Amino acid sequence: MRIAFDEVRNNSIKSYLLMVIFIILIGALGALIGIFYNSMYIGLSFALIFSIIYSLIGYYSGDKMILKMSKAKPVKKKEYPHLYHAAEGLAIAAGIPTPKVYVIDDSALNAFATGRDTKHASIVVTTGLLSKLNREELEGVVAHEMSHVKNYDVRFMMLTAVLVGIVVLLSDFLLRSFLWGGHKDSKDGGKGGGILILVGLVLAILTPIIGELIKLGISRKREYMADANAAILTRYPPGLANALRKISKDPDPLVDQANRATAHLFISTPFRKTKGFVTNIFSTHPDINDRIRRLEKM
Amino acid sequence: MINPWIIVGIVAGFIVLFVIVLYNSVIRLRNQVKNSWAQIDVQLKRRNDLIPNLVETVKGYMKHEKTVLQNITRARSAILSAKTMNEKAKASNVISDTLKSLFAVSENYPTLKANENLMQLQEELSGTESKIAYARQHYNDVVMEFNIKIQQFPANFFAKMFNFKQEQLFKTEETEKKVVKVKF
Repeated sequence: MRIAFDEVRNNSIKSYLLMVIFIILIGALGALIGIFYNSMYIGLSFALIFSIIYSLIGYYSGDKMILKMSKAKPVKKKEYPHLYHAAEGLAIAAGIPTPKVYVIDDSALNAFATGRDTKHASIVVTTGLLSKLNREELEGVVAHEMSHVKNYDVRFMMLTAVLVGIVVLLSDFLLRSFLWGGHKDSKDGGKGGGILILVGLVLAILTPIIGELIKLGISRKREYMADANAAILTRYPPGLANALRKISKDPDPLVDQANRATAHLFISTPFRKTKGFVTNIFSTHPDINDRIRRLEKM
Repeated sequence: MINPWIIVGIVAGFIVLFVIVLYNSVIRLRNQVKNSWAQIDVQLKRRNDLIPNLVETVKGYMKHEKTVLQNITRARSAILSAKTMNEKAKASNVISDTLKSLFAVSENYPTLKANENLMQLQEELSGTESKIAYARQHYNDVVMEFNIKIQQFPANFFAKMFNFKQEQLFKTEETEKKVVKVKF
């Protein structure tokens, strides 16, 4: 798999870029709030310190945060020997160390991988997936996740989840605190209006950026690529194709512990298939039927 | 006026640089070949370690299929004495086939089939079998990359200079790939 080398570099560059954008974005936000309270530099420096520390934490333990958020539990080899063997075998095939294996206790059929590099990576599957897929299908899914690990997709996707996740949280928090708390310390009427304009401005800037960042993180190409690499690893495309078919036909695609920040990590979208506004904006996954067709042509 | 020696020097410098980069990438690949070969060996050894347990578990049940068990034991010791890669590949295939026939035969013994120990061993062995296959696949991928690298022009010229030789693929013969017929 020689293509993997370019992908690794590409993902590393994108990861650092994302961290820089995050730091600048939060710094600017801090400065803006600082200006509002007549001390731009204090706001800026606090925001920079926070965002740099947070990015480092995100880089080094974002995977642990994501695993905890998803309520994933580490599994012992004795509990799910076939899952373990699949992970070990495919790691050998990919020529990387065996990732840690986790399970989410959820009847939905889904899986994801996270981590910062091949030495610090985890593969997570739901118990629903384990009970409903046969060996070849499970190997297909694990191979798909293994490709994400090998290509360093996991690093970029983890940072997207962690950094974008906090921006979503922050913008929610800002909106609330400005709306409810902003009026109290305004000495004149003009300032209250100023706050609202400021909040509106900040959110107007932030929201599309968040959307873009999430889209950047998902990139459909990434999923097609992982499917193709999974087929190369297992030398058996029907395994993953059948797994995807089972996943698409399952009536319960919902993973309880998934949220907007972690949705793009999963092999198939963890939300209900409603055509709502939110699902469209955050529609992060390529059409599953198209993925199946591509696998069948291999 | 430009001194022609400067141009010669620059060109020579580029050539030296090219050779260094090439040499290092070939060395990296050769180490990958060695490493992935070690992976196959680890898995082959793991399987060999599991076989005595399996024979021990099955022995009490299978009174009439002594030959199946003998074949497995024989195949196991054959791979230990195998020296070349071809011999190893062949011996490995023989083990895979004999194991397959053993598990096929064990279907005839309901009490054996329900044996907890056997079920675990079967999972462990089929996991190891697929790991052997994946290790072989990875090894062949890396060897292929290595061989292409040292055959390409102009690398082939330097490969001779540094005495880089093509590595052998870990092959399974087509006839052995077919599913074996189990005789009862």
